[in-house]
Amino acid sequence: MGCGVTKSNQFNKHSRKAIRAAVLIQRWYRQYVARTEMRRRYTWHIFQSIEYSGEQAQIKLYNFLGYLMDNFTPSSNERNLISHIFRENEVCQDAEWERYFCYKNIEVPEIYSGPHLTFPLTVEQAVGLVEAFRNKKQLHSRYVLQLLLETWRQLRMLPNISRISTCQSKEITICGDLHGQLEDLLLIFYKNGMPSLEKPYVFNGDFVDRGKDSIEILIILFSFLLVYPSEVHLNRGNHEDHIVNLRYGFTKEVLTKYKMHGKRILKLLQKIFSWLPLATVIDQKVLVLHGGISDITDLSILARLDRHNYVSALRPPKKRHQSSAGASIDSDFDEDVLSTNKLLQRRISLTYPKPLGTRESFQNRSLQDFSNRIKGKAVDEIEIHKRKLAILNMGTNSSEGMTQSVSSESINSDNAKDEWKQILDLLWSDPMIQDGCTPNEVRGGGCYWGPDVTEDFLNRHNLQLIIRSHECKQDGYEFCHNRKVLTLFSASNYYDVGSNRGAYVKLGPDLVPYLVQYQASSMTRELTVKQSVGRTERSALKVLREQLFAHKSDLICAFKKFDSENTGLVSLNNWASAVESVMYLGVPWRMLRGQLVTSKSTDGMIDYLEWFNELAIKGPNTDHIDQSLLETLYRHRSTVETIFRIVDTDNSGFITIEDFRQTWKLLSVYLKMEITDEAISDLAVTIDSNQDGSIDIDEFMEAFRLTDKKSRLERGRSMFMGTVNDLTKLEGDPNI
Amino acid sequence: MIDEPLFCLSEATGSDVHKKIRAAFEVFDYESNNTVDAREIGTIIYSLGCFPTQADLHDFTAEVEEGHTGYIHLDKFLPVMTKVLLENNMKAITLCFQVLDKEKKGYLEPEDLTKYMTQEGDVFTQEEMDEMLTALVDHEKNLIYYKDLINLLTIDPDM
Repeated sequence: MGCGVTKSNQFNKHSRKAIRAAVLIQRWYRQYVARTEMRRRYTWHIFQSIEYSGEQAQIKLYNFLGYLMDNFTPSSNERNLISHIFRENEVCQDAEWERYFCYKNIEVPEIYSGPHLTFPLTVEQAVGLVEAFRNKKQLHSRYVLQLLLETWRQLRMLPNISRISTCQSKEITICGDLHGQLEDLLLIFYKNGMPSLEKPYVFNGDFVDRGKDSIEILIILFSFLLVYPSEVHLNRGNHEDHIVNLRYGFTKEVLTKYKMHGKRILKLLQKIFSWLPLATVIDQKVLVLHGGISDITDLSILARLDRHNYVSALRPPKKRHQSSAGASIDSDFDEDVLSTNKLLQRRISLTYPKPLGTRESFQNRSLQDFSNRIKGKAVDEIEIHKRKLAILNMGTNSSEGMTQSVSSESINSDNAKDEWKQILDLLWSDPMIQDGCTPNEVRGGGCYWGPDVTEDFLNRHNLQLIIRSHECKQDGYEFCHNRKVLTLFSASNYYDVGSNRGAYVKLGPDLVPYLVQYQASSMTRELTVKQSVGRTERSALKVLREQLFAHKSDLICAFKKFDSENTGLVSLNNWASAVESVMYLGVPWRMLRGQLVTSKSTDGMIDYLEWFNELAIKGPNTDHIDQSLLETLYRHRSTVETIFRIVDTDNSGFITIEDFRQTWKLLSVYLKMEITDEAISDLAVTIDSNQDGSIDIDEFMEAFRLTDKKSRLERGRSMFMGTVNDLTKLEGDPNI
Repeated sequence: MIDEPLFCLSEATGSDVHKKIRAAFEVFDYESNNTVDAREIGTIIYSLGCFPTQADLHDFTAEVEEGHTGYIHLDKFLPVMTKVLLENNMKAITLCFQVLDKEKKGYLEPEDLTKYMTQEGDVFTQEEMDEMLTALVDHEKNLIYYKDLINLLTIDPDM
């Protein structure tokens, strides 16, 4: 008879305990994973919402400027300010352009230590350029212009749709958005090899903007294009567009790196962008294009149109003798888009979007009516009534929109509008989960298209797969529509270090996509999942706080609705509802409260006025500036900067006081701000600190804390970039 | 020891924890003004599933009491108690690991943990297992030092 516990009893007891321990560990771990994933998702959502609303804002701005252009009488000062950005379709002989872009009298000084190019370009030189950029060198403007001219000549020979094949078991490599992130391109070349006769590449647009090395990426891609014209293929992206570049950094980058010749370089690039092919078809089965398709996309129309007429996809082509009231305003855009500053709900491809009207109802809406925004005191000499009538008539008959112009061109005008829409859809659309096709009001251009549209399109054109880019994906790629659409994104760490991987795809004769993922920067490998999520989250929260501050007045109104007794307090639930009703970001506010509201809450109530003091953005000179002005400026800072850069016609970074005043008038109309002339003068005097009659744009933006110095452009050190002893960057070289 | 903080684990979300604490607090909030008598705090804490020693209790009370009024306000109690509960979570997890660490070496081999996770209870898929190992295993020594996990993987109270 045994007394006490036998060995096997002990063992059993332990087993039971162990099993329970295991269960608890499992449960705890799964909760942890779920929570981390949730944080990652909403962080992503924050960045993406803000990114797309920026694109939308750009389009709105452009439309507004276009409207002003078409409605000012020629002598108006304001019109002159902005007219030059619409001069894209100036008709000049090619010979005149060749003279303008002539590089021959640009001298390369002896101290220049960057690469020298001779034409025709050889592969050694192309590889040499890659090396030089890896070592942070800058190509001299003479060679840049020369390279661009050759590229322009080459591109003009290409068809709208490149047709290539994987004959003889060649694998084609396809890359998505690069957005000026040179590290990623270098990483791709490192992993996959550079373009060659055996290694064809397709680059699917959005080479520029946001990242800091856009021009270097272009130079590399164009060089390889010249060396291997049959093996390297470039598709145009929505950022290969000078209007978009004004806002998203490429224009600024070029003007900064090439102070003397930047303007010419940008002008030449405008032409080059318009000559970039629109799509690539592989083995007649796989279509590669930047944005996507819509229910009216027709490859035969796309193949035969004159793509270079569409210098910016945001503006339909202007015909030579048209009356200015015609054809420049798109009736398809949502008419309500300008009148509020709502951030529209982002229709992410994995969530359920709000239901919208059918496509037809959008087309028939009348035009954005800007006339009520232009007050007599702000803008003189506008014959609004006359024009308004003409425009409203146009709006209700969208297909006849162009017929106000000379009748002999009316047929062409109809086609032009259709063609333009084809291009817009191609460059700006996004896939969605539901069937159908609706306008992409979040971005402001193109459509959302559903799986039925994909199916129909593929059948009609006898294709089997669409490869597109345009949207950032956490893993660098994502399939949708029953694996018939592949989204490919090649800019890793796009939102912040650790936010996402990049990917490229290889396609062999079997046309089965083989995906390769990567992430630039050795720093990200060392971060644990939690740290990397945490970092990105902190950035997102910072951005979110700024957005909240920028909407202070609206938020206070919303809070007051819940606080009828004016106690200055609202409950957590009401706080969350109020915030969402103003911001429209669909973010889990309750969850984020702890990180957004750091002041202590009494009884679970939040002191909202105290909260705004926390968030307040203070600059050195801003104390005497009206707070609501500051708030409006801050909310629209990207637009403010864009307008300044437009006004800065010689791209010097300075504008005159007079231009500054004119700009403010424009802004006050666009942003619906009430600004007296006196206030503007005060502002001007404050900013022109050295009283020389001109204003430094960057200083202005900084003074109002309107730029974020610690931008997303700072990345971790790439794993194989040059050493710290590299001192060869030609920053500040006046000869460049 | 393992049984005590069991139900602390079952609802580890920040807001749930807050709800529980409030609920327990309210029982003793006779004047509905979010204060309780300091002498009742022990009962409240026990009811939340924690079993501090008398010394711990004494220290805790000193930390949250309103001066020398003999009262404790919810405002102070809530954050401190939340932290305690969540720390208990982590302590409980560490205990669980300890149970699995039969020889009390202070670490677990990945193979051992894998065996438990993929064969017992609510089994992990291979993918989950791989992910967990990536997160928990010390890459140099290829071992799981579970005591360090408290710092690595605590659940945020505000979530």
